[in-house]
Amino acid sequence: MTTESLIILFYILVLASYLGFELITKVPPTLHTPLMSGSNAISGITMVGAILACNELGYSTFSKWLGMLALVLATINVVGGYTVTDRMLKMFKKKK
Amino acid sequence: MNIYIQIAYLVASILFIIGIKKMGKTKEARSGNQLSSLGMLIAVLATVVQVEAVSLVEILICVVIGSAIGLFIAFKIEMTQMPEMVALFNGFGGLGSLAVALSYYWLNSQELNANIDAITGTSTALSIFIGGLTFTGSIIAFLKLNGKISGKPITFGGQHLINLILLLLVIVASVFAVMYQADSTYVFALVALALLLGILTVLPIGGADMPVVISLLNSYSGMAACATGFVLNNNVLIVSGALVGASGIILTQIMCKAMNRSLINVLLGGFGQTVSTDGG
Repeated sequence: MTTESLIILFYILVLASYLGFELITKVPPTLHTPLMSGSNAISGITMVGAILACNELGYSTFSKWLGMLALVLATINVVGGYTVTDRMLKMFKKKK
Repeated sequence: MNIYIQIAYLVASILFIIGIKKMGKTKEARSGNQLSSLGMLIAVLATVVQVEAVSLVEILICVVIGSAIGLFIAFKIEMTQMPEMVALFNGFGGLGSLAVALSYYWLNSQELNANIDAITGTSTALSIFIGGLTFTGSIIAFLKLNGKISGKPITFGGQHLINLILLLLVIVASVFAVMYQADSTYVFALVALALLLGILTVLPIGGADMPVVISLLNSYSGMAACATGFVLNNNVLIVSGALVGASGIILTQIMCKAMNRSLINVLLGGFGQTVSTDGG
């Protein structure tokens, strides 16, 4: 990685982190768990990395198996995470 | 990289940001979650179109298996089991990040005999460490909430010292893994240490504090994804990982305040035992 591209990636990191801090203000306590669950599903974005890891070589190697394992795990995180969050929020609305 | 793929990643990032913002408001929370899932779909599709046709079948099989398991768990569980399920999913995400980083390391150091530069190597070690810690930590949190392990803080003498020593060993193993890439001993030592530290840091924390711990571990899994983004030089991973990492920390703080506890108090576990029975 070149220093220039590293600096750009750091810019992205700093700004996105700041945005993350600012986005969460005055959240009502009832929304804590759904918010946690929903952002947990977003952290399953590692699925993108897993797909790229699966793609590296066309034959079976240890790195490819690791990529496939990562893909299954990340997909569980993404699909399960979003579905559970949606279920929580749906129940939340009925109560109101 | 194709310009359309970059634009798709940008759109996905924007949807994540709007999604998180909306999830903080009672009325818009559900649509916020749906927007963020749409963002995820766009990011995944934009990634899938890049892959070689040979890998496509395996990728589809993995996605189908993962989706089936995820849906099965998500629909089967009771509402009361929600927090422990979040912990379990979070653990899977952490292990996923670890596996991606390890796969990248293995591919370059063992299979291609290419040298990984110091910056990428550091990101790889970070991703493996945070991912491993998140995995075992989340599993312990899951088992504690589940009642499979006692919810009481499990403490033993000198555990803070042991954790500190393990953390130092993590740094040593990381440096060696980056310096001597031909020898795979160090990277596996790093994996083992990270897994062990996850167990040891969550065991001493009481069951009443678990939601706070899960929120913190959720933040960690975001950071692990972010570190993976540095490994793969991928913007969407960095943006979403950083968003989850930072918002997770703030959410943890807010949850601590709501429980009248300080984060340090929760993390030091056993010390806060009496407080947690009063407050929690």
